[in-house]
Parts: sequence; structure tokens; C-alpha cells
Amino acid sequence: MSSYLAHFKVWRGDVTGGGLRDYEVEVNDGEVVLDIIHRLQATQANDLAVRWNCKAGKCGSCSAEINGRPRLLCMTRMSVFGREDVITVTPLRTFPVVRDLVTDVSFNYAKAREIPSFVPPTGLKPGEYRMTQDDVGRSQEFRKCIECFLCQNVCHVVRDHEENKAAFAGPRFLMRIAELDMHPLDAAAEVGLDRKVAAQDEHGLGYCNITKCCTEVCPENIKITENALIPLKERAVDRKYDPLVWLGSKIRRRA
Amino acid sequence: MAQIERHTYDVVVVGAGGAGLRAAIEAREQGMRTAVICKSLFGKAHTVMAEGGIAASMGNANPHDNWQTHFRDTMRGGKFLNQWRMAELHAQEAPDRVWELETWGALFDRTKDGRISQRNFGGHEYPRLAHVGDRTGLELIRTLQQKIVSLQQEDFHSLGDYEARIKVFQECTITRVLKDGPRVSGVFGYVRESGRFFVIDAPAVVLATGGIGKSFKVTSNSWEYTGDGHALALLAGAPLVNMEFVQFHPTGMVWPPSVKGILVTESVRGDGGVLRNSEGKRFMFDYIPDVFKESYAQSEDEADGWYTDPEHFRRPPELLPRDEVARAINSEVKAGRGSEHGGVLLDVSTRMSAEEIQRRLPSMYHQFKELADVDITTEAMEVGPTCHYVMGGVDVDPDSAAATGVPGLYAAGEVAGGMHGSNRLGGNSLSDLLVFGRRAGLYAAGYAAALGDHERPVVHTGQIDDAAAEALRPFSVKGGAAENPYALHQELQQTMNDLVGIIRRQEEMAEALTRIDALALRAERAGVEGHRQFNPGWHLALDLRNMLLVSECVARAALERTESRGGHTRDDHPAMDRGWRKVNLLCRIADSPASGQIALTRRDMAAIRADLLALFEQDELLKYLIDEELSA
Repeated sequence: MSSYLAHFKVWRGDVTGGGLRDYEVEVNDGEVVLDIIHRLQATQANDLAVRWNCKAGKCGSCSAEINGRPRLLCMTRMSVFGREDVITVTPLRTFPVVRDLVTDVSFNYAKAREIPSFVPPTGLKPGEYRMTQDDVGRSQEFRKCIECFLCQNVCHVVRDHEENKAAFAGPRFLMRIAELDMHPLDAAAEVGLDRKVAAQDEHGLGYCNITKCCTEVCPENIKITENALIPLKERAVDRKYDPLVWLGSKIRRRA
Repeated sequence: MAQIERHTYDVVVVGAGGAGLRAAIEAREQGMRTAVICKSLFGKAHTVMAEGGIAASMGNANPHDNWQTHFRDTMRGGKFLNQWRMAELHAQEAPDRVWELETWGALFDRTKDGRISQRNFGGHEYPRLAHVGDRTGLELIRTLQQKIVSLQQEDFHSLGDYEARIKVFQECTITRVLKDGPRVSGVFGYVRESGRFFVIDAPAVVLATGGIGKSFKVTSNSWEYTGDGHALALLAGAPLVNMEFVQFHPTGMVWPPSVKGILVTESVRGDGGVLRNSEGKRFMFDYIPDVFKESYAQSEDEADGWYTDPEHFRRPPELLPRDEVARAINSEVKAGRGSEHGGVLLDVSTRMSAEEIQRRLPSMYHQFKELADVDITTEAMEVGPTCHYVMGGVDVDPDSAAATGVPGLYAAGEVAGGMHGSNRLGGNSLSDLLVFGRRAGLYAAGYAAALGDHERPVVHTGQIDDAAAEALRPFSVKGGAAENPYALHQELQQTMNDLVGIIRRQEEMAEALTRIDALALRAERAGVEGHRQFNPGWHLALDLRNMLLVSECVARAALERTESRGGHTRDDHPAMDRGWRKVNLLCRIADSPASGQIALTRRDMAAIRADLLALFEQDELLKYLIDEELSA
């Protein structure tokens, strides 16, 4: 086992401002960036604010930007850096800073509430649901999401455009719509809800121009763009411009 | 006293993991205005780390399964120390709780005929665990989270406010349960982000705070597991039961050091993984205890046959209950047959194709690949025991989850004691959360609803002032240098790990108690820099009180119980003693803290109901029960 001193720059501050502070800190074999942040807390900066929970890439709490790249602190091994590298850790840029590495992510919880929930099928009692593995598999991929919000953070629609936040749910929640839309037993249609059209009209799917930034940063390797957003876009377009669908929706609405 | 934010609710649920969210859903559906206190962000609770599955005898994989079989397995796993009525309710209600999740949008893995797939797990006679790959806890928490959001959407449509009837207080910590005479009157806590204090007036409080693993150095538990609910109950006057029983999961990661303790799911063994020592020997055959001799394979051939033909072959000993496997690994390492980094080898690569491993155990594949540079589809994993779960907890009424002696206080999930006896079976935790989370929410709501307006308890200002002063102490340590809370925490973890760990002896536990006493004294001087806004040092200083209290409970009860059973193994008393079977040890805050803060009392367990005893063969009962219990 070999230890060395690494040079860290960590953003310290709060809503009134702040800046990068330099730290020399010990690094041991096999450690991840979160270990180093914890060592800073224990030895040099007791009050350094950081979110974390599981330390195993399962809860999505310790999202931050390392050398400008959105990452989970607990899944970024120190061995990917050279010993001479300066490692810069900053809070997620898209969300307002609370303190140090902690940001106000309430945007995401507000968006989650705007997505209509699963609609259980009428006529099926608990225990009577039957679905094939192939059919649930598509939505299951999206349910691997650990809500680290790295995709929400990196998406250029909101990263540098505060004004888009009101109209745009972001990749995580557009994917949630896709997940429900592909759920084999979701009965949204029976209550007059077309999830594809809603994605387009109410949750800002049209803002997405499939640059795949979200997919690239996803620590769960979910193919957000290819498997959720593009299919949702295709089907939203089908629905909106298919004259038969259009006519059908008019008739049903009247009834 | 500065202004303190005040709220009023009917039911407050402290904790937002599986039990807390299920309790909150129930209380809200019963018409109560409900608050959920969430120590971290909504949806991040430790439940997300549960991997293997939810045990429920739906009989999808084997039609012979039923609640009676599940009950039997649970009692065997807990070495008959379980609160049998809880084990009964749990086994009976678990299937309904799982099916209900589907109606809220959960997507479990499926059988060929489209039902919920069920997998094998240690101690379960049949494949019983509903699962989603190896991320079942995430599915559970997300489903409950989304159900709460859907209830909030209903309220928004009918009342114009998402939070009209159920509100989640994110990143808040409760430091005191407040009382009006003997009854609960509310809670006191702080908002992590701002450091501001708040009080919620409420007649009913459900504790659902999870476990205590952060008192140990090597643990699979997250930072939140500081025994908050255990301590809140103690300080409110409610006793804890069975605190000597701490489960060391047999398979945690052992290397690299920074991930030591992180869980390696039991599904690896359920799906065919075998344990070998450094000599390549599949050692578990040497560790099958007498009570389990009849149901486990004696040879590799026999064990291997079971994976494809469970009707005609006996189970492999890798699937013994967790306490047995953890002790076996510990013994192998001690005997010098450990792996390079002090564990043993767990190999699934010879049993399944790389593709199947990645499908069935995706997070394990990911975890080893990313954190240890190990490809589990071609190599063995190095694993060793890690502190995982506390069987002990708040002493509760089995039907209502009401805490003993404090009207209005309820507890569910890991913070409650009794259900799992001396050792919990894998998969029985997630089902426990749902079954008793619902019950706690139901009975807390019933209790709150039954109170007339003039009968509601009142929060007393003096208690608020005391709670605020206690919480502010770390900022004003006087006379001499303050103690570093991180250093105190590390010393406590080392003490518990070394002296009250997986194998225990009298002298070491006595030494642990002396050290805990000294640490508690020093912790009164734990001080922090900076201000109250999102200050982790301050949060830890406050959590230390809780960790020290529960650590003392564990050490004191473990010292008292002079036998080995389940998650309590004594080097100096290696045998299970039938005389201890029906004895519960209760921990309370001592009246006069002459020696430590905790006082112990003994209590006999209620006799197991005859119809439940009749589910077992007499021969088996003889191994656990004393003669007079059998003849009664």
C-alpha cells in the first residue's frame, strides 16, 4: 500500500459567494474522491458540507463536478488521476448553491410532482397483474435511475438557461414519462391521459435536441436518449400528426 | 429563546425509508394530516441499498409455499427468540404488501407465466424473494416515494396544495420526542440546510429510523444509521429489547480498504455462488450446526444437484442463515485460510454465464468492476463479515407497533425489536418494513383520530428550551479544548468493532463499557467550528449521543446474555442455552447513572401459541424449548 499527498481545490462558500480553496490531503490505495472529502472533513475542515449516503453508487446523493465533469464522488476512483494532478471539486452548476458542495435540488422534486402518476388498471385486483419479462424490461431500465440528477445538471437546456426551467422537466422526468408510457399495464389512456402528447405539450420534450449529454453522465449507464427520449419523441410526433389519431381524440373528448 | 418554527400534524413519521414511507401512506389514507421527516433527500434512505429481495410466500416459484412455511423459517432463523406474533403477522401479510406495490407501479422481475419471480435465499425453504435484479430496495423506495407523490397530486387537485395532507420534511433531523405527561406531544428537530430549529405538535409519532451500524467500523450501513430512533425512544422512556443481537452479514467487500464493509448481496449465493477458502476448499460443509443438519447437503454433489432439482436434493450450506455463514468465514480467516486481504472467496463465475451474471446481479458486477477492478464474471470476489443489521430495537406491541409505556409512540422497521429474534433472514427486512410500517401508520392514525380537540397533548415550552440548549452545546464548549466529533466517532467504531463484534467475550465487553463511559464523558465536550448552516461536524456531534446510547445497550445486553444464539456469539459461552430462549433483555435509561446510562431488566417472553407450535415437529422444538414449555 502506498500513500501520497494530493492537491485538491474544493469550492467553499454559500449563496452569498465563495471560491476554490486549496488542500493538501493524504490519499491511500483504492480510495475514491468521497474518501478524500471525508478525510478533509475529519482533519482539516469539520464543517465542509457534502451530501452522501450509501458510498456504493446506489443512492445518488454525492453528485458534484470533478474537474468540471458531473460525477458521483463515491464512484470516482483516485486512481483515474495522476499523482501530480490538481483535483477540483465543485458543486453541481445547474442548481443554486446551499453551502460548499451542497446544492438546492428542489427543482427536481417540483418536476417529479408534475408528472402524472401510474394509473392502475381497473378490473385487476392486487396479485392479478400478469406481465412478461420482455415487456417490463424496457421500463425497468429506466427504473434503475438513482436520481443523482447528474443528467438534469448537465442538460444544456437548463444548464445555462435558467429561463427554460419552468417549461422543461429535464431528462430524468421525461424518462419517467417514457417509463410509465411503456409500462405494460398503465391505464392512463382509460382516464383520457396521453402521456406522449403531455410530454411534448406540458413537459418540454421539444426542447431536447438529443445531444446525449444526459446519457453520457448517467452512472447507471441508462440509455436515456436512445431508449427513452427518442422513442418518446417519435411517438409524440406520430400522435400529433396522425390525422386518424387526431380525429379520434376529438371524438373521444366530445364523448 | 429565539422564534422556533412550529407545525401541527396528526401523525409524524420520523424516517423516510421503507417503513416510514409505508407508515405515512397508511396514516394519510386513514385521513390523518401526516408529516414525514427525512434525514437526507427524499428517496435516498438506506432502504435503497437492499439488494436481494422481499420475502413473501406468494408461491409463484413453488406452489408448496405458504405463510406457515415462511413463519417456520423465520422462527428457525431467529433461533425461536422471535416475538412469535410478529413473525406470524409478517408471514401472513407479506404477500398482500408486495402485490399492493404492483398497483402503485412497481415492476418486479417476472416468471415465465407473467407473475412475480421469486428467488432462493438463505434460510428460506422455497424460492420466496420478489426481486428486481439486485436492486430491489431501490424499487421499493421509489415505488413508495412515487405513491406519496401520487397522493400529493390528489390533494393538489382537490385542495389546491400538494402538501395539504402529507408533507415530506427533507434533510431534517429529530433530536427529541416531546411529551405531555406520559404521552407523546410532538418532536423537536433541526433543518440541516439552515440549522434552524422546528417543533411539530403531534399526538402520534412513528419511529422508523432504521439501524445502528455506524457505531461499528466495518459496516454496510450508510451515515444515517446512527441509532436515532433507538435513542429517541430510550430518552422518551420506552425500553429497547434484544439489543445484544447484531447481524454481521457474511459477505461484505474486504478490499480496497475504502469500500470495506460494502454489501455483497446474498443473491450471489442464492443464485449459485460458492464460498471457498485459500486452499480452494468449499468449507461451509464443515459448519452445518446440529439444528440444521437434516435440511442441508453434506457433499458438493448433493449441493450442486439442488440448484436444478430442489425436490430431490438438499440445500447447499452456503444458504444457511447469515449468522452461521458469518461465523464460518470468521473461523476460516482466523485459522489462516483466508484470502489475500483477509476474507474468503465467493465465486459465481463458474455457475453462470457472463451474460446471466450481468443480468441477474448487475449492481454487483458494476460495484466490483468500478470499485475493486474485479470482473465477477471471470473472477472470485473477496468477502468477509460486515455489520449489517440490528435485530434489537424498540419494544413494541406486535399488532399495533405501539412502543411499550409511552402512549402515542410507535416504531416500525429496523428500529423496532422482536420480529427477527436473534437473527434476521435475508429478505425478511423489506417485508418487515411494509407489514409493520403499514400497521404502525394504521394504529398511529387510529390513536390520533380518537383524540378529541381538548384531549390533544400540549407541547411544553420548557422542553423546547432544553432541546434547543442541548442541540447548541457543540458551539459553546467552555474551559479547555473541545473534542473533535470525528475522532470520538472513530474511537467508538473501533471499540465496538474490536470488543463487541462478531465474537464476544466477557472481559472485552466489560472493557468496551468502560471505554464507552469515557467516550460519553468526552462527547459532552464535542465541539465544532463554523455556523449552523449545513454543518456536518455539528450533525455528527449531535448523532454521537445516539450512537453512544445504543452502543452501551448492545454491550450491556451482550455482557448479560451468557450463551450464544443468532447474532450474539460468546467465545466464553459457545453453546445455545434453552434456558435463555424465552428471556428478553430490556434496556432503559438508568435512574441513577452510577455505572453507565443504561439499566437492564429481564422479562420472560409470552408462551408461543399452541397452534403455532403445532407447525413444528416435536423433535425440532426439543432443540429450542425447555421441557415445561413443551408440556404446557
